[in-house]
Amino acid sequence: MTRQIKSKPLLAVQDLHTHFHTFAGTVKAVNGVSFEVGAGEVMGLVGESGGGKSVVGFSILGLIDSPGKIEGGQILLDGQDLVSAGENRLRQVRGREISMVFQDPMTSLNPLHTVGRQMDEVLCLHSDLDAAARKQACIDMLESVGISRAEERLKAYPHQFSGGMRQRVVIAIAMLARPRLIIADEPTTALDVTIQSQILKLMRQQIADKGASMILITHDLAVVSEMADHITVLYCGNVVERGKTRELIETPTHPYTRGLIDSIPDTAERHDRLKQIPGSVPDIRNLPKGCNFKDRCPRAQALCAEREPTLTAQHGSLWAACHFPLKPGELA
Amino acid sequence: MFGYLLKRLIQMTLVLWVVSVIVFLMMSFTGDPVFMVVPIDATDAEIAQARRLLGLDQSLLVQYGKFLTSLVQGDFGNSYVFRQPAMTLILERMPATVEMVLVAMALAIVVAIPLGVYAGANPNSRISRVIMAGSLLGISLPGFWVGMVLIYLFAVHWGVFPSSGRGDTAEFLGLRISLLTWDGWHHIMLPAITLSLGTMAILLRMTRAGMMEVGRQDFMKFARAKGATRRDVLYKHGLKNALIPVVTIFGLQLGDLIAFATITETIFSWPGMGKLLIDSIYRADRPVIVVYLMLVALIFVVINFIVDIVYTLIDPRITLK
Repeated sequence: MTRQIKSKPLLAVQDLHTHFHTFAGTVKAVNGVSFEVGAGEVMGLVGESGGGKSVVGFSILGLIDSPGKIEGGQILLDGQDLVSAGENRLRQVRGREISMVFQDPMTSLNPLHTVGRQMDEVLCLHSDLDAAARKQACIDMLESVGISRAEERLKAYPHQFSGGMRQRVVIAIAMLARPRLIIADEPTTALDVTIQSQILKLMRQQIADKGASMILITHDLAVVSEMADHITVLYCGNVVERGKTRELIETPTHPYTRGLIDSIPDTAERHDRLKQIPGSVPDIRNLPKGCNFKDRCPRAQALCAEREPTLTAQHGSLWAACHFPLKPGELA
Repeated sequence: MFGYLLKRLIQMTLVLWVVSVIVFLMMSFTGDPVFMVVPIDATDAEIAQARRLLGLDQSLLVQYGKFLTSLVQGDFGNSYVFRQPAMTLILERMPATVEMVLVAMALAIVVAIPLGVYAGANPNSRISRVIMAGSLLGISLPGFWVGMVLIYLFAVHWGVFPSSGRGDTAEFLGLRISLLTWDGWHHIMLPAITLSLGTMAILLRMTRAGMMEVGRQDFMKFARAKGATRRDVLYKHGLKNALIPVVTIFGLQLGDLIAFATITETIFSWPGMGKLLIDSIYRADRPVIVVYLMLVALIFVVINFIVDIVYTLIDPRITLK
């Protein structure tokens, strides 16, 4: 599948810093992240838990609450900065230009409002349609995410739906105002494996139908490798590697990416034990000098403890922040 | 639904019956009302006759049987003091109490809900801290003191509101109501404010706690991600989810204020039923006390029933079974 990449990206995140000022110290959850998403592209944002992935998503929508704060950088939507935009501008962006799908469908719908009312809210905010047209739009949308008897279901409450159905409703709400970018934050993590693939298929089909872009936030490389055009790998709030999906999966250059890929269970080969990355994520309130990954890295040398690596071009489309990147074919 | 109603009705009757036993026993073991009816210089024979007339010479069981029969028949006996049906005495005074309580509750809601929502949504702001400190005062300051301060400031010092009485009333459906006249409104403000402060503070704190809890829920963030205004997120999505405990407390407080507005009524010489209760207790006017307590029990039972129905209106996951 080839997609045309326009010169000006739909969304450009530049040197984003989002910090949380807690009693225990400043948590630099996002610490200089940059990436771009072109129109119609799917970008995978990958990393371990606590790697700052979700915070990137919430930062884009301006949904960072105190004690969190965007401390620096720019988030350009069509070249217009959202970091410096006021709440009114952000409210126009939310739901209409950029919408979001949350991880847990059990908690992302209001339990006391009907599904119809929660869908209608989006159209009330972002369209000029009259009540009848809004209702029809909701019915059409529910049907397009695979919910039958949609008109009846509008009157139902979230607790009358299963988890997979609720995530379909959440996706329907996210797609309703035809946004140009969907941020999906671990959209299938809370679901059964069998439902996961259905939902992923649905999301891919929805964004393809509507020509929308997507940022897919996940810890699951297997999922992004199926869905994404590009992948950005985050570690401790920094981009450690990015590039086209195929190259990044097949010939990663950063030892962390390599570790993530190796820890995917391979059904073809039987290992006695799953591979894992040794150690754990360092305390991000207190990051070490030099490379954040050095303590867990099999290739670390003296230089890694002294100087923090910056993103540099590697082979193909890949960029990695590593002093000693892997060459194609080389194992960690 | 019909089955539920029937079950509730039986439950309510059972509660009222238990209350009637407790009330009856309490009355039988406290004081001897005969001495309230006979003159100070009555002879033993006169006392015995009065006892017989009041039916106090029979066994407790027989007395209770008679008591219950007349309760069921709606005959609550005559006040020993006023020589009028006890029920009539209370019902005459009830509108005054009820309207004062309703104004107090309305005041409490109008102030407590918005402030509670604000304090719950911005727990760290300076205004919230002021609100919370104020609510602590509202809970801890005793009503009689607040009443006296209000009288001093608004009645004595500034002379904006009258300090006592009910003012002009107008007749509506045979009831005398202050809220239908300007003068009545004038008179009701100070007692209603005094009565509302405690409830206001409790409702405010419940609302705040609920909003803080709800604020952490994903659906609140999802609503914001849809582009909803902060106000809509707080009031349309948040408040409704925080409301169940608030409604519970509201129901209990409503019953409590109707039943025991006594202190406030005394301070402001408000001619309600609380004052009648205190007078009747002093005079050991049993029939009045009994009717009063039974009525209070009925009010609580009915309010609780209504609260349960309100739950189902708020939360579709709660059903009446």
